[in-house]
Amino acid sequence: MASKTINIKVKVWRQKDSNTKGNFETYELSDISTDSSFLEMMDVMNENLVEEGKDPVAFDHDCREGICGMCSLFINGHAHGPDTLITTCQLHMRKFTDGQTITIEPWRVGSFPVIKDLMVDRTAYEQIMQSGGFVSINTGGVPDANAIPIPKEDSDEAMDAASCIGCGACVATCKNSSAMLFVAAKVSQLALLPQGKIEGAKRAKNMIAKMDELGFGNCSNTGACEMECPKGISLAHIARLNREFLVANVKG
Amino acid sequence: MSVSGLFLIVFLAVHLVANIFLLVSPDAFNISAHFMGTNPIIQIMQPLLGAGFLLHIIYSFIIQLQNWKSRPVKYNKVDQKESSTWASRNMIWLGLVVFGFLTIHVINFFWVVKFGHMEHVIIDGVKMEDSYTLVVSLFTDGVLGYVYSSIYIISFIALGLHLHHALWSAFQTIGFSNDAWRKRLTVVGDIYAIVIAAGFTIIPLYFLLF
Ligand code: HEM
Ligand code: SF4
Ligand code: FES
Repeated sequence: MASKTINIKVKVWRQKDSNTKGNFETYELSDISTDSSFLEMMDVMNENLVEEGKDPVAFDHDCREGICGMCSLFINGHAHGPDTLITTCQLHMRKFTDGQTITIEPWRVGSFPVIKDLMVDRTAYEQIMQSGGFVSINTGGVPDANAIPIPKEDSDEAMDAASCIGCGACVATCKNSSAMLFVAAKVSQLALLPQGKIEGAKRAKNMIAKMDELGFGNCSNTGACEMECPKGISLAHIARLNREFLVANVKG
Repeated sequence: MSVSGLFLIVFLAVHLVANIFLLVSPDAFNISAHFMGTNPIIQIMQPLLGAGFLLHIIYSFIIQLQNWKSRPVKYNKVDQKESSTWASRNMIWLGLVVFGFLTIHVINFFWVVKFGHMEHVIIDGVKMEDSYTLVVSLFTDGVLGYVYSSIYIISFIALGLHLHHALWSAFQTIGFSNDAWRKRLTVVGDIYAIVIAAGFTIIPLYFLLF
């Protein structure tokens, strides 16, 4: 298949650091292959900027294959751009048309302050994890694989929850900047398994308390997070988190 | 939020049943209103209902303010048409329309019935307030009747949209949902929303048209 090229305008957020006010800059790019990935287009843009003696646009990325969760970007009104079940590094330029203006913004979340340009500080997620997203296990020899029987459905569902890569698209998309889908995934992956039962009651309570303390908003069940999540984490996990939270509070 | 909301959902159903007697006959509605005004259980529920509304409204403001604060810098471009319903994103505005209506409603009916001057009728030897005439005159009082009926209908469309999101949402909040129940509860919620919105809207339409 012969590859096509397109000319585009990129309207991108520039911000020196967290203390400076930012603004949009528009750059024109020509002959972008529709087979290239979105981040490759960003690389081309940055090379042009460097050649012009300008500061390249800072953005987060690492694995570039949809598993690390580092790439972010709010593209044309959508977290990770106009496609479902993918991260930005998995987005291709064939999703865009010749002459189109592409607006690129950082995650706009009070609890994720901008570090520079399109990079945001997602340490708040780590703080939530430290407040309860772990299991207390005994160190020692490796236990027998089948020593703890777990129903297939439970292990499948725990695995689904565990596929959350902590990218922050759910918070970035949510009109309330709520981190419920992320917290729900992290609570579910442990709550469904016997190993996670020990801290069960405390976990949901502590992680939700931390989330509130860090200034994330409240979940009003709009469901936008689920639609923009690159891993398709289901709202059913939020219902489970709410159950865990309720039970934890009733038990005191 | 969810508990107060579910309580209000039950109340709305009871209120609709009482109001539908307006379409049966003047006597039927007067008996229904008299029952509502004198039944001890309903009397106990009345202050609870007030508290339910207050709780729901105050809590909704607190939550909404926190949610607005959590995104200090807004997006330049947001597109959520496909990822969430319009109603779910506008619960506060839909709620405020209902709140506005509620204020007018309490002044027009509840206040008049409780503390104002009411005409009386005698049905089967029992003296009771002529609630029927009060209601019907509000809907058919010339130009004002049209204004009142319009406000009434717009408010119930807003309430219908509020409920379109609310029922499933409340169950999700208390943890009673999963992928299968979500579908079922949304269907139940939509049916309930349509019955409430259509049921209350038919009443002024009936009096204006017939
Ligand atoms: C008879 C009237 C009403 C009923 C039956 C009702 C019912 C509900 C229910 C069941 C929910 C979902 C709760 C949840 O997901 O946990 C809800 C949410 C909401 N209601 Fe109402 N409501 C009514 C009136 C109002 C009024 C007067 C307001 C205020 C101004 C209001 C504002 C809100 C808001 C902002 C939400 C979304 C909050 C959230 O989910 O976090 N509602 N309502
Ligand atoms: S739940 Fe989905 S959108 Fe949210 S952090 Fe995890 S992978 Fe990203
Ligand atoms: S760069 Fe790792 S998920 Fe996109």
